Amino acid sequence: MKAKHQRLLTLLVGIVGLGIAVFLVSSAFRDNLVFFYTPSDLSHKKIHPEQRLRMGGLVEQNSLRQDGQTVSFAITDRKNILKVNYKGLLPDLFREGQGVVVEGHLSESGLFQAETVLAKHDENYMPKEVADKLKEKGLWQDDR
Amino acid sequence: MKFTLAKPRIFFKVSRFLFPFIIVMGVLCFGTGLYTALVTSPPDYQQGDAMRIMYIHVPASWMALCVYSLLAILSLFILVWRHPLAEILAISAAPIGALFTLLSLVTGSLWGKPMWGTYWVWDARLTSVLVLLFLYVGYWALYKAYAHPAQGIRAASLLALIGAINLPIIKGSVNWWNTLHQPASITKLSTPSIHPSMLFPLGLMTAAYGFYFLLLLILRARTEFNKRKCLVQENFS
Repeated sequence: MKAKHQRLLTLLVGIVGLGIAVFLVSSAFRDNLVFFYTPSDLSHKKIHPEQRLRMGGLVEQNSLRQDGQTVSFAITDRKNILKVNYKGLLPDLFREGQGVVVEGHLSESGLFQAETVLAKHDENYMPKEVADKLKEKGLWQDDR
Repeated sequence: MKFTLAKPRIFFKVSRFLFPFIIVMGVLCFGTGLYTALVTSPPDYQQGDAMRIMYIHVPASWMALCVYSLLAILSLFILVWRHPLAEILAISAAPIGALFTLLSLVTGSLWGKPMWGTYWVWDARLTSVLVLLFLYVGYWALYKAYAHPAQGIRAASLLALIGAINLPIIKGSVNWWNTLHQPASITKLSTPSIHPSMLFPLGLMTAAYGFYFLLLLILRARTEFNKRKCLVQENFS
């Protein structure tokens, strides 16, 4: 075997080994790498009250109540629903039916006390006229 | 193995021939790309004009990944075949890739503040791109850490190859884990979820970034080649 073939073999074996290692580690940590939990996750997970966590989902239609800076709304993943209280400014993209991620803690009454609200954008880009036309024709897909 | 085309002399001959073409195409794509992106393309139905940052952000991110893939392939050639042209190209490409990564992070952050409501979150996509920036910086630091560049390039190439494991993680991060960053709009198997009127400027901007990269790469490679020639001459005289 020539020296360069040996180098090639060593490197390839090393890279494949490393790839497998990283794959195993990341699949082992899959549960811990999530950026946010869904309301369903929270319903069957034992969460200590006052533990800081992030929860994400869609803002339930017609659930937004605004009184000055105090805001309350509900987050749904279409299976479970969770009410959220928040005091502060909402980001531009926040609206009903849109994805959001809230950071805060679950109070004992089952209400989510949010300290931060982040809007989650979807991967659709289109001009306003096109979006309106799609809605008119009933081709709009809100569910993914 | 014979690399007739990959001899530095022939590479520079070909690149000298292509150079004016790359400049003209780059200027054309940048001009039309910026004009269509900033003036004629429509604002997004939800993000409004802020989505125009996307025309700067997305090509920068793609280029950051492309340049790193190139760096990883060149590193394999350096480590296995000790190829001189691969060394010159890798050294020339790495800082440009770092620049694209930084641009991607900065523009993404500026977009994130009005849209998400935060400049930065530690989700899987953002973190893995930050790691990419560190890999580029680490590559350069390792290369410069040795007194002799021939040693430095080997250590750095090994780092670049190991770091290539980050590329599929960046690409997959938005699909494997739930992140704040949205999933891919274009590089997915079904039809792109981006309207043609917005896809067109994005394509132009991507081409512009590509030509800009080639331009810088050729210029930097020439400098590196001449620097090495000077070093060799100094050592012999």
